[in-house]
Amino acid sequence: MQSCKRATELMSQQLDRELSASEKLGLKMHLLMCRHCRKCEQQLGIIHQLCARRGDTPPDGE
Amino acid sequence: MLSESTNRTPLSEDDVQQRLHALRPRLQAFARLQLGDETHAEDLVQEALIAAWEGLERFSGNAKLETWVFGILKHKLVDEIRHRRREQTTGFDPDDLPEIDGLFNPRAHWLPAARPQKWHDPEQACLQDGFWQVFDFCVLHLPNSTARVFSMRELMGLETAEICAALDISEQNCWVMLHRARLKLRACLENGWFGKEENNAVV
Repeated sequence: MQSCKRATELMSQQLDRELSASEKLGLKMHLLMCRHCRKCEQQLGIIHQLCARRGDTPPDGE
Repeated sequence: MLSESTNRTPLSEDDVQQRLHALRPRLQAFARLQLGDETHAEDLVQEALIAAWEGLERFSGNAKLETWVFGILKHKLVDEIRHRRREQTTGFDPDDLPEIDGLFNPRAHWLPAARPQKWHDPEQACLQDGFWQVFDFCVLHLPNSTARVFSMRELMGLETAEICAALDISEQNCWVMLHRARLKLRACLENGWFGKEENNAVV
């Protein structure tokens, strides 16, 4: 099985580029087996969304 | 007359001037992070504030005044990044990376202490007092060059190809920096906010 570290590389890169079919499959298989990485993937997605709002919100959050 | 959607009180020129003045240090911090240069950041913030002041009649009042001015600065920064290219590589070091070995064991699986935990109410976070301060702290806590790549990608919304061209680094390099930045930021936000139930208690 793919390592968690490798899985986190792929889940980060999927936010920046289209993964290859084999990368997608490898990541999917890993996520099925690993709940820690499932959480990590979900949270990186949340951070991605938060960042999009950050740029449109003044830093004091007013 | 200018008005804001959240309150209908018209903004006087004095109000606007005061609010722009109060916003300046935050604009400055954001621009400095992007440009890595204090003087240049100051110039650009000045331009953005002048553009805002002169274009005030175009401010629709559908957004907060601060959000609108922030948007003007963001456009100026993106233009700047697109046109400066190689000049901005000064002081940029692609090896200025945060260490992530502390997160994984020798077989590259999560160490128990580093395993992602349940996050409490992430959708509510950005509406709450103090969240953005924690968020900014976590971004600024990254090594400088990593923080720049991260904010170009995630806060400015530039594509990695564009970032690589601007900073003269490989895409591989860019992905490594973004990967580490995201893992560090994830851990920092968990420690500083999402892991703490009391921040999210329903009042």
